[in-house]
Amino acid sequence: MRWGVIQFPGSCDERDALHACEIAGGEARLVWHEERDLEGIDAVVVPGGFSYGDYLRAGAIARFSPAMEAVAEFAARGGPVLGICNGFQVLCEADLLPGALLRNEDLRFVCRQVELQVGQLNPPEGTQSSIPRGETLSIPAKHGEGRYWAPEEMLDRLEANGQVVYRYAPGQNPNGSARDIAGVTNEAGNVLGLMPHPEHAVDAMTGSTDGLEVFERLAKVAA
Amino acid sequence: MAKARVLIRPKEGILDPQGKAVERALPALGFEGIEHVRVGRMVELEAEDPGRLAELCEKLLANPLIEDYEIESIDGG
Repeated sequence: MRWGVIQFPGSCDERDALHACEIAGGEARLVWHEERDLEGIDAVVVPGGFSYGDYLRAGAIARFSPAMEAVAEFAARGGPVLGICNGFQVLCEADLLPGALLRNEDLRFVCRQVELQVGQLNPPEGTQSSIPRGETLSIPAKHGEGRYWAPEEMLDRLEANGQVVYRYAPGQNPNGSARDIAGVTNEAGNVLGLMPHPEHAVDAMTGSTDGLEVFERLAKVAA
Repeated sequence: MAKARVLIRPKEGILDPQGKAVERALPALGFEGIEHVRVGRMVELEAEDPGRLAELCEKLLANPLIEDYEIESIDGG
């Protein structure tokens, strides 16, 4: 398993993402935003941070980078792609994932551990979690623009298609996200984005290893 | 070059917490009777081909899922 972690100017979680990929299994390397070549890479991670200063809108400029063009082609061929926090925003801006991330409801930057419920009703073939539906993961969240939003009919469709992979546990929604949504996939299930940071929850030293579930889920799509 | 101004605002019906925060601060400053504050963005630019500005807005300056935009040309440029 060979992982590629995209690095933009302004990325800040790419090192933890590399570490998490290696713990999840395999080799991992950084892919500079000017690179166009994903040859030999089995799964891509678009990490957190503030790509290109988040100017205009979070993720708006990063989506036009050469590396993201390559990621779009990779995703279209069914390659697994994980977007974390700013990476989730980039994938939404690039139309690789549905919806958008807006300023947190209370305007505060949130930085705390949250409980995520794993659970799709009808997951696309081959993308089921190894964790039973309804179980929770303890993963840190840290963002100012994490309020997931999509039109009501799109939300209905996402739920019916099994694209809502993670929800904040009851009472834990930190940002006003629609229907407590913390993470979604595309229709095919090979592109996944979430606001909380699984790459910061892969070592017992920092309190939780629950984040590995997210990386393992992606590895399964690659297999 | 044609000078233009692009106004971008959150779509109707989408919660705008910045607008709400501004609105809540107003009474304390003595501004009563102000409602429905919405905060958006303005981009000024000069374009060789103003005919392509709508495409530019759709692709980059605004996110059409969550934002509306208006393009105004600025006279005297």
